[in-house]
Amino acid sequence: MALKYSSITKKVIMALAGLFLISFLIVHLSINLLILKNDNREAFNLAAHFMVTNPLIQTFQWVLFGGFILHILIGILLQIQNWLARPKRYKVEGYSHTSFFSKFMIHTGIVILALLALHLVNFFFKAKFGEIPSVMINGEHYEDMGILVIEKFRSLPFVLIYVFWLIFLGFHLDHAFHSALQSLGLNHSKYTPVAFGLSRVLAILIAGGFILIPVLVYIS
Amino acid sequence: MDLTLKIWRQKNASSKGKFVTYKVNDISPNSSFLEMMDILNESLVVKGEDPVAFDHDCREGICGACSLYINGRPHGPDAAITTCQLHMRRFKDGDTIVIEPWRARPFPVLRDLIVDRTSFDKIIQAGGYISVNTGGIPDANAIPIPKINADLSMDAASCIGCGACVAACKNASAMLFVSAKVSQFALLPQGKVEAAERVQAMVAEMDRLGFGNCTNTGACEAECPKEISITNIARMNREFLCSKIGAPKVKIGAGGF
Repeated sequence: MALKYSSITKKVIMALAGLFLISFLIVHLSINLLILKNDNREAFNLAAHFMVTNPLIQTFQWVLFGGFILHILIGILLQIQNWLARPKRYKVEGYSHTSFFSKFMIHTGIVILALLALHLVNFFFKAKFGEIPSVMINGEHYEDMGILVIEKFRSLPFVLIYVFWLIFLGFHLDHAFHSALQSLGLNHSKYTPVAFGLSRVLAILIAGGFILIPVLVYIS
Repeated sequence: MDLTLKIWRQKNASSKGKFVTYKVNDISPNSSFLEMMDILNESLVVKGEDPVAFDHDCREGICGACSLYINGRPHGPDAAITTCQLHMRRFKDGDTIVIEPWRARPFPVLRDLIVDRTSFDKIIQAGGYISVNTGGIPDANAIPIPKINADLSMDAASCIGCGACVAACKNASAMLFVSAKVSQFALLPQGKVEAAERVQAMVAEMDRLGFGNCTNTGACEAECPKEISITNIARMNREFLCSKIGAPKVKIGAGGF
């Protein structure tokens, strides 16, 4: 069905799904940063418990899966069409002045997707289906998700893989926010330069914020 | 100047084609790029070889005929010019210059460096016009138009349809061309009448012809000899979305629009 959509419709779906995924990353990061709080993982575990039990969040989880799948599948479809549009490549190419990361969205996207599988196996599926140690907070039993994270990030190769992955997430995000607005037709002589700046700030803050966690956990 | 040229040679649309290396000597730095090509061709004719076929017409940067993908950039290394406005002083003595035709599925190579850009005509035929009955000349200021819109429309209308945007785009997308043609009408009251049908018909034709999609890299804008801005692409996306969501259902191809 997506094959029949116009190129602009596909880009609009990419943009909307992408913006939704950025909002997800911000929520995800805010919760993750709680693990750095020196309170014996209490705040983090309570937040994690809220995320896996709240019915609204659980419903939105399916929307999130949909967003991921749309963004990935339509991204791949668009890329295939783009390759088909130039069957014979240039001998010398790519010397035009463009933003660097915008040319490698499919490549950074593939790296992110490949390691996303590792991430889901290590944390998401474990939290959903695995055995999690339990912890007492205010006299009640909670799953100790925090200890799972801290144990994983004691291994240096694991930390390095995460840092590598998150740097690529940063590269991908550098051409995300403002590009989504452009695809949606939201361009303005006053605000578009701000969107470009915001895009870079988001890339640095989100990737940097996520990178802090494995690095600080490993160091301590 | 003595130069080495690596030029794409292809007998016709169906033959395979290959790069052929030529040496040109004593080129004046003040000659234009196309004059350098003329000198090469004269030497080939003298030797009894086929001259290199390339598009050119006005040779003053307004017709959009000349193309050439030179050292990885459409119209060569300078910004905001066509190939006929490129001069040999931009190169150094002893340089090797790689000259290729525009590469895109909707722009098939006809011979050597000439490609068929009929696809652009087909996009224009799909909706790049306004339907008016001819008659007396209307008064100049009968319809008030904000100056900013008149200027933006004129900027979009300065597109010469050369195809550098398609050639530069990593996806061979024609979004900059189509958006310029959509914008020049959408910004003016006369063009607004058919705006919804126009944008849908032109985008549908662009997709049908097999141009790629837009990744918002900005390569098109960087290479456009008329400096058409990618804000036009955002405007086209906006027009397209509004036409899909707000305007009544559009039937494409039912006579005229």
